[in-house]
Amino acid sequence: MSAKPLLPVDHEFTPRLAFRKRLGTLFGILSGLAIFIGLATLGTLIADVMRDGWPVLSWDFLTSYPSRRPEQAGILSAVVGTAYLLILVALIAFPLGVAAAIYLEEFAPRNRLTATIEINLSNLAAVPSIVYGLLGLGIFVRSLQLGRSLLAGAFTLSLLVLPIIIVSAREALRTVPPSIREAGLALGASPWQTVWRFVLPAALPGILTGTILALARAIGETAPLITIGALTYVAFTPRSLLDPFTVLPIQIFNWVSRPQPGFHDRAAGAIIVLLVVLLLFNALAIFIRARLQRRIRF
Amino acid sequence: MVTSEPASVQAVAPVDRREWLAQILMGNQRSDRTRRLRESIILTALFAAALVSIATTIGIVYTLGIETFSFFQQVSLIDFLTDTQWTPLFAQKHFGIWPLLVATLLVSAIAMLVALPLGLLSAIGLAEYAPPRVARIVKPILEVLAGVPTVVYGYFALLFVTPILQRFIPQLEVFNALSAGLVMGIMILPLVASLSEDAMRAVPRSLREGAYALGATKLEVIWRVVVPSALSGIVAAFILAVSRAVGETMIVAIAMGLVPRLTLNPLVAMETMTAYIVQVSLGDTPHGTLEYQTIFAVGATLFVITMLLNLLSYRFLKRFREVYE
Repeated sequence: MSAKPLLPVDHEFTPRLAFRKRLGTLFGILSGLAIFIGLATLGTLIADVMRDGWPVLSWDFLTSYPSRRPEQAGILSAVVGTAYLLILVALIAFPLGVAAAIYLEEFAPRNRLTATIEINLSNLAAVPSIVYGLLGLGIFVRSLQLGRSLLAGAFTLSLLVLPIIIVSAREALRTVPPSIREAGLALGASPWQTVWRFVLPAALPGILTGTILALARAIGETAPLITIGALTYVAFTPRSLLDPFTVLPIQIFNWVSRPQPGFHDRAAGAIIVLLVVLLLFNALAIFIRARLQRRIRF
Repeated sequence: MVTSEPASVQAVAPVDRREWLAQILMGNQRSDRTRRLRESIILTALFAAALVSIATTIGIVYTLGIETFSFFQQVSLIDFLTDTQWTPLFAQKHFGIWPLLVATLLVSAIAMLVALPLGLLSAIGLAEYAPPRVARIVKPILEVLAGVPTVVYGYFALLFVTPILQRFIPQLEVFNALSAGLVMGIMILPLVASLSEDAMRAVPRSLREGAYALGATKLEVIWRVVVPSALSGIVAAFILAVSRAVGETMIVAIAMGLVPRLTLNPLVAMETMTAYIVQVSLGDTPHGTLEYQTIFAVGATLFVITMLLNLLSYRFLKRFREVYE
């Protein structure tokens, strides 16, 4: 610490203690107020979306394609697109992310390459999502000629969520105590068998939780998909991996950008659907963590 | 007590069993070799997966680099950095990055004016004032703010915040930096709060107790001991939040407008770097044209800015770790 005394000695030791304590209480109230502003904004946001979007919600809204007339417009193509994209991202990013995490946590030698990968990972996590969109546009859409397809979107989002999956999977692997690995090796299992049969099952709840939260992040992403050219008006559901597509956030963006209030309410309705899906994902993550963690005790 | 053997062992006849045990103890050469081969393949695959992250970075730098390079063969870097107009989509083309850059910095500054005090106060409230039971409930709810998709914030800014602000500020345009910035500030509040709280929790107890022993009140302990000791962590959180604000896209694309205009007036429409990329992406811009290359040049600028901020934040964070570990 610096050499300066903490409290200037002379006059501040004529305490005025009551005043100083009142000042502290005031500050506590102020900090409570700050927390309240955050919570109140969240509440207001949800209330506002509910008020605008609730009347729109109906079975027709979920099962209709978008339309030029607001009262007929629905989110079928967006919901289907989001679901397909989600499955693809899970299939691509989960195995890649877990494999990378296992390598870094269990096998990687401590050398310069490993250090580079580590630094690189933390950097990637902070790259703006729209830059991933430009990457996807340059590599997947143009160079690999995938076009503005579901597959190009899935690859782009997979790269986006990969650092999140890797970080959470590594954390989960780290919570498995070394004694488990030592026991496996002592029984004659090879390093890989130890990881595959003992460490991975023990870390699985944590890995799944992290993956689900990463997928929730992917569901809400808009900017990278707009950049790779996902369409904003799609009146069909994709039939192959190379078909164009749209997703819920893009549909919301499209409707918000239109001047007619009718479309704004449709956007609010789609937002409710999106938030409910996110809520379900988070609930699933919490459920898995609570349920599977109970089975394994160290 | 009788020890019961596993079913699989009991099922083996005595002679076979001796062979079986021998096999386990002495090892089977052939299966050992295939096992080793199989495992080296697996290990290589795992290594390849870890390399994907490096490939991603190389991919970003390559993609941005190559298109930006073609861009600067047609537009001089001097124009890019000194021209005060950005009109690549008009007949009279100007390629000055300043309108986009200033709009980006203005909205980020507004966001930070909201997020820094509120985030820091929230962190202090959660770490120092709130009873642990309350903090355990409030913190995850506050984190929900960070999980709401940004397109939803865009909706909120444009259709809720702006109309309310217009009641007080009649000259406020429908698209403006003010409401986009305010909402963005709320969005990054949890980031500031949770990173600052981590930093403050890392301050050793003995430091606080020392201050209390010297007669300091709680507020004095917080402001003169805890916050200064955690300062590099708080600064790191702040820089990371700025980086997040600069790269944020949907709020500004929806609520701030698509008019590249060099001004510091937060009440009028402007266009940020990210909003410009969205604007061009929405149209059908053919590959290889100058318009197509502009979004990569703008993206490269954005990438460099956020990268510098991230590195800076990382350095602050490292310094703060060194103090107490």
